[in-house]
Amino acid sequence: MTEAPPYPQNRTCPYQPPEGYRAIGEQGPVLKVTLFDGREAWMVTGFKESREILTHPNLSSQRTHPGFPIVAPRFRSAIARNLALIAMDPPQHDIYRRYLNPHFSLKAVRRMRDDIEQVVRDFVDKIVEHGPPADLISMLAVPLPSLIICRHLGVPYEDHDFFQDSSGKIMLGSEEDSTSAGQDLVDYLDKMTRREIDNPTEGLIGTLARERVQTGELTQDDLVAIALVLLIAAHETTSSTLALGMITLLEHPEQYARLRADMSLLPKAIEEIVRYVSTTDLVAVRVAKGDIEIAGHHIEAGEGVLVSGTIANRDGAVHQRPEEFDVARSDTHHVTFGFGIHQCLGQNLARLQLELAFEQLITRLPDLRLAVDVDELPIHGAGTVQRVLNLPVAWSS
Amino acid sequence: MRVTADRERCISAGRCMATAPDVFDQDDDGIVLVTHPEPGAAEQDLVTEAVDQCPARALEVSL
Repeated sequence: MTEAPPYPQNRTCPYQPPEGYRAIGEQGPVLKVTLFDGREAWMVTGFKESREILTHPNLSSQRTHPGFPIVAPRFRSAIARNLALIAMDPPQHDIYRRYLNPHFSLKAVRRMRDDIEQVVRDFVDKIVEHGPPADLISMLAVPLPSLIICRHLGVPYEDHDFFQDSSGKIMLGSEEDSTSAGQDLVDYLDKMTRREIDNPTEGLIGTLARERVQTGELTQDDLVAIALVLLIAAHETTSSTLALGMITLLEHPEQYARLRADMSLLPKAIEEIVRYVSTTDLVAVRVAKGDIEIAGHHIEAGEGVLVSGTIANRDGAVHQRPEEFDVARSDTHHVTFGFGIHQCLGQNLARLQLELAFEQLITRLPDLRLAVDVDELPIHGAGTVQRVLNLPVAWSS
Repeated sequence: MRVTADRERCISAGRCMATAPDVFDQDDDGIVLVTHPEPGAAEQDLVTEAVDQCPARALEVSL
């Protein structure tokens, strides 16, 4: 009998799976892995099987369930265990999701296009003005999603350093840092939502205060929990995908040239980046609330279940040449945004920001290249959001 | 081909509308609308793809 391999593992290249994931994939599409605390959990690595289990009615997101798998010490915190939407099952999840859908639908996001394009242009103007080398993390990848979500929610962008710092610690910090950063953010949002309930402004938080809190459908604590999860989710994922996607493109010069020669490929290229870099590594952490039969395996009620986007996105059963980065690929199907009722609320906002950012960078910075060797880029994060801490690039100015 | 959508299941991901824009739309609440329930032959591959992409399994086609 094969021993359950350890999960998650650290990447050595920012956009490639850790070496050990190959062996995990070979034991898939469903196997058991060992977590940091010595407990075992089921892991789904097949693409079709990932979609199947993520739409299974016996899969639960209840993080307070004693069988819920904890993939890193920071996820023991009360805040991580009680995240709005993410840690909820129907019917409560669906009620919250319905409140938010009108504000994140594809149609709603398309109306934001001109505003986001102007924001991207302003950031890229500053990069051009700065001249090479410039750090794409601090000059675009981090501030762009931050500014966009702050405007959308109606929270002051002046406080973005605080949001970035807190979100980073909650997602990637030690158990202690994660807990205290989460509490700081809750305290901030407590004051902010109180102001919005008393005197609602234009953004999403003000809208929810007016339409849902004043009507008694949500409490102030519910609104704080919603604002918290939207801020954290928006600050981490788009930022990392932008950075890892740019590294991947620059490390594949023939693909970069192909895209630059035909920018109509961009939407496809964005899907391929999202598939290939698998920023979120682990796309789902769940517990079975009833028995589940999948791919010949029997998962019992109370057992933990993980879904690896990194491995499922490179599944030879559904992807041609799964390990190859191809901006014109037609089979870009991925589970990076998850699948089932919890699929990413902000996916269309993320896609649009990525599209506009890559468009401006590629067309305005000629001969764009990494200013350091890819091996020198500091990597952070295993199991959740994969990050590089800085990304110096150069171009012909 | 006849296309139906379960608006109760829809989570507003918008994959249908992005994939087959002549067949699917969203209302002001972000919920799916089937604008052409009987798409022509030219649309059928896109509709099949849209059904496959729907994360909420809210779309169905019958022949």
